Amino acid sequence: MKGSVLPVLTVVCGIFVIWYAAAVWLNATWAYDKAARSGVELSTQMLIADAWSQEKPKLPAPHQVAVEIWKTTVEKKITSKRSLIYHSWITLSATLLGFALGTALGIALAVGIIYNRTMDRSVMPWIIASQTIPILAIAPMIIVVLNAAGISGLLPKATISMYLSFFPVVVGMVKGLRSPDQMQLDQMRTWSASGAQTFWRLRLPASMPYLFTSLKIGMAASLVGAIVGELPTGAVAGLGARLLAGSYYGQTIQIWSALLMAAALAAALVGLIGLIQRITLSRMGMA
Amino acid sequence: MTGWLLFALLVWVGGWWLNTRLAARRVTRFTSLIIPVIFGLTLIAVWEGVVRGFEISPVLLPAPSDIATRFASSTSILWEDFVQTVIKGALTGYVMGCGSAFLIAILVDRYDFLRRGLLPVGNFVAALPVIGLAPILVMWFGFDWQSKAAVVVVMVFFPMLVNTVQGLSASSSMQRDLMRTWAAGYWTTLLRLRLPAAMPFIFNGLKIASTLALIGAIVAEFFGSPIRGMGFRISTSVGQLALDLVWAEIVVAAITGSAFYGAIAIIERAVTFWHPSQRR
Repeated sequence: MKGSVLPVLTVVCGIFVIWYAAAVWLNATWAYDKAARSGVELSTQMLIADAWSQEKPKLPAPHQVAVEIWKTTVEKKITSKRSLIYHSWITLSATLLGFALGTALGIALAVGIIYNRTMDRSVMPWIIASQTIPILAIAPMIIVVLNAAGISGLLPKATISMYLSFFPVVVGMVKGLRSPDQMQLDQMRTWSASGAQTFWRLRLPASMPYLFTSLKIGMAASLVGAIVGELPTGAVAGLGARLLAGSYYGQTIQIWSALLMAAALAAALVGLIGLIQRITLSRMGMA
Repeated sequence: MTGWLLFALLVWVGGWWLNTRLAARRVTRFTSLIIPVIFGLTLIAVWEGVVRGFEISPVLLPAPSDIATRFASSTSILWEDFVQTVIKGALTGYVMGCGSAFLIAILVDRYDFLRRGLLPVGNFVAALPVIGLAPILVMWFGFDWQSKAAVVVVMVFFPMLVNTVQGLSASSSMQRDLMRTWAAGYWTTLLRLRLPAAMPFIFNGLKIASTLALIGAIVAEFFGSPIRGMGFRISTSVGQLALDLVWAEIVVAAITGSAFYGAIAIIERAVTFWHPSQRR
């Protein structure tokens, strides 16, 4: 891990260089247009300066996005509708609720699949098939239908998050709960352990590494679900709404800042699960 | 009304009983195919029964039979949307994205420094909500299928890159040494040993990318599209409360997604027949 710090930094720096260069390249047309209209000859230096400071650039330069994020997080009150923290919180709450529901559903289904042969053979193929369906396509329908049924706010978005996050949990937990081998199960039998005891003391602890790996995937999927779930509500609030509003009004800087905020959120959430994983597994003596 | 509910209950109990009987028997190809099919048919029958029994408004949830009639009567619209979204948008983007990721992975693999730098970054990006780039790409490439293909390229690129790079280091040093003793050069080693050894990883990436491609193409249409396409049809039909058409599009999407995934799985089976996971 230690040997990869320098390469990663190099790659990240490379991305920034490409980003700045692309900003000049993409915004040059507009800069030339402006210069031609006001009859000014554009030197390379002026071109670069202009390309990196346009109000509605095709591609905003990183520092413009950073300034926008700084303005909308630190300088705005959290309760303000223009605060990015306010919008992130709305998305985050839907993500977390959906993630919790999805994890609970996933674990329950996995337990059912482990202990019920009929369920294993009839439900499991459909669970796998359900993921080849581009489920996000249903998002607008779920939102509108639940709204029509009188349910609005957090729950419709959380439903989409739940649907996206339950699958990795089911698959991971089925694998994890089945991971104790015959020898270990026989050992439990020789101690005349009951079914519940085998579950709580052998199967569940053995499944923990699998669970955490699935939780990371589920969390990332759940955030995507919440963001997409915010699109069809007509841009009310949330990071998805910021994206949509930004694309309506050509506010590219706003889109990019919402996008980077979502990325930071995803990184933080997945990192948090990784931390819990490290602590739990080391306390269980598994890592 | 109660008749339909009773029908739903009976079908559910009957289907479950049948499956329990079948599941208790020895595992054969026939039973492992028929059990999920029975389960699926039971679900559809229960759906039909519940919708008719409770007289749920078709604006909320149309019955499967309504969806089927709508599907049959609007095949031309569905086909037009299919061509626009799947063939022009998703498939073009899929081929371009996976192809470029594959080539770049081979390039990256030659330089250990790049590999160690790109792998963590690629893993990080693969976990990000990349779909958020859709509005930006729609602005850059216009409303037609080019922007959808671009979204798909961005979505499939990193999962494919990470998987291919991982796969290229899957051959053991013993195997590579053996190639050296046979005086095999870089390209021979790549073609004869490392690419075949990477195939399970590459196909894993291709499978993940196949679902992402459809999602990307459909969601990108929510941000603007010409007057055809599956995402466009879904979002406008929801607005018109024509939910049977929405469900018909979803059926198309489901069939396409499964067929796409299935096709890759079949190719995988033929290419990586030697891998333990393919043994029966």
